[in-house]
Amino acid sequence: MEQILAVIVDGIIYSSWLFVAAIGLTLIYGVMKIVNITHGSFYALGAYAAASFTGAWLARGYPPMLSYVVLLASAVVITLAFAPLIERGILRFMYARDEVVILLITYALFLILEDVIKLIWGVDPYFIAEPYGLLGSFEFGELSYPTYNLILVGIAIVSGAGLTLLLRGTRTGKLLRTVIHDPELSRAMGINVDRYYLVTFTFGSMLAAVGGAFTAPTVSVVPGIGVEIVVLSFAVIVIGGMGSLPGAALGAVIVGLVRSAAIHYAPAVELFVIYFVMALVLVVRPRGLFSLAEPRKI
Amino acid sequence: MKADRTLLILGIVLLAVVGAGPLLPQWALFLATIAIAKGLVALGLLLQLRAGLVSFGQALYYCLGAYTAGSLGRFFDIGDMLLQMLAGALVAAFIAFVLGFLLARYRGIFFGLLSLALSMILYGLLVKSQALGSTDGINILPSTLFGIRPNQESVRHVVLVAGCAVAFLATLLVNRYLDTPLGQLAAAIKDNEIRVEYMGASVREAIHAKYVIAAALSGIGGALAATTVGHIDPDMAYWTTSGEFIFITILAGTRSVIAPFLGAAIFGIIHTVAYDISPNTWQMTLGIALLMVIVFLPDGLWSLFGRRRAA
Repeated sequence: MEQILAVIVDGIIYSSWLFVAAIGLTLIYGVMKIVNITHGSFYALGAYAAASFTGAWLARGYPPMLSYVVLLASAVVITLAFAPLIERGILRFMYARDEVVILLITYALFLILEDVIKLIWGVDPYFIAEPYGLLGSFEFGELSYPTYNLILVGIAIVSGAGLTLLLRGTRTGKLLRTVIHDPELSRAMGINVDRYYLVTFTFGSMLAAVGGAFTAPTVSVVPGIGVEIVVLSFAVIVIGGMGSLPGAALGAVIVGLVRSAAIHYAPAVELFVIYFVMALVLVVRPRGLFSLAEPRKI
Repeated sequence: MKADRTLLILGIVLLAVVGAGPLLPQWALFLATIAIAKGLVALGLLLQLRAGLVSFGQALYYCLGAYTAGSLGRFFDIGDMLLQMLAGALVAAFIAFVLGFLLARYRGIFFGLLSLALSMILYGLLVKSQALGSTDGINILPSTLFGIRPNQESVRHVVLVAGCAVAFLATLLVNRYLDTPLGQLAAAIKDNEIRVEYMGASVREAIHAKYVIAAALSGIGGALAATTVGHIDPDMAYWTTSGEFIFITILAGTRSVIAPFLGAAIFGIIHTVAYDISPNTWQMTLGIALLMVIVFLPDGLWSLFGRRRAA
């Protein structure tokens, strides 16, 4: 019983982390049909920015409780510095190209950003453990967890619910859904599609950066930190169905629980199961668990 | 006529490599052999790319080939490089034959994602498998050829020559295959699958065949890389390795069966030179090169030759 509880709690924490990392990817794919490998770069940028800004904040002796705001702010700032540049400067010229070609372009950008990060922050690891320990821990049954983990769960819920409400309930969301449905017709109707693409890309990337920023206190920030997250996020959004928000949530929960169960019961298959589930879903329902039927285009 | 020229160029290159081998420094031999190993994988990607399919998991078969070679040494005490390459090709082809029934149904981004998932499955398995060295990987036995173990100075040259010979044979076969009706279906599949089906050909079978051939080529490449480097680890199946192969294929283009080898050589040179000049920006150099090629030379570097010939 104890162990099942541990599996569930660990699973929920891990799922939240995955969801925050992957939701931006699914948003960008859903709106722009870009399979965006630079997502991992923004995760890494967020982690690095958080490490240096928050590190500086704490080193100056400013109130440590506000360091969580600094984490968030650093993710926002670093994304605003890079994402609009990439979308306006490069990606927008490529929208007419094949999906696979755009993917390759984001791969090239990913390689470039990996080294940009090394140029800015060097190759030595960064540590900012303080925000992680600051909140103490909470008891769950007989297990004790750092309270910091609840922040990630909170961010996951807020970003998921917020995005859903935005899409379903607001004028902007309605217009965005029009853009998703038919960009060409939307343009003809006077919707500024370019602006929606710019905002979507920036916002989606920002979510990755937020994920990275709030992971930074729990790990050592090293080069290559964004490499693994790319393929994990792909697994998550493929399982749920690419471009679907509830799908990303479902994918995150499945991957999170499966992995935490594997860690507790069969550590040897920890990595294997994630991709096994991904492959299984692709085999059974290639468009993901939450996909709708799509009319065939000849 | 076209086939003859390919044969001629390949023959000249092969002779040049074999002849120049003893004159070249060790690192150049190493670079050339790795380029041939990766070129073989890229050749497999070329086959699929011509049919409009991009595999983001070709490293699966590269890694399978390498671990087959490694297992031969670890469990059967076999270090013969030709046997390693043959076994690598067979194992990869067999797995691809089985998985092909599945993958042949997929197109576009889904083909890429499923192959990515499969390669990551292998990675996940290898990382945790103690018998195969988990994350540390395993060492490969010193290369031998027909039971003879070349001495320290000449081993790189011997491996290179063996690799060249195998790659030459494989490339000729692929070139022949591309000239057969089955091979020529690729462009038609990319263009319009329904039309291909109406003509009476099976798209699924054609793609399945390409998938198996590509896997066999990658298996050879993996085994060759294993015996050249002398060490293998699970990273050979990681998605970044697959990314490297796609990079090579796109860089060179898909117009000729020689292009992948050219691409692999250029990749190796960029990697080595950029890493030497500035170790922290070699990926950036690669990224910029890829971006430039996609934007300015959508058909790859090989199209530079094509244009000149047409003029």
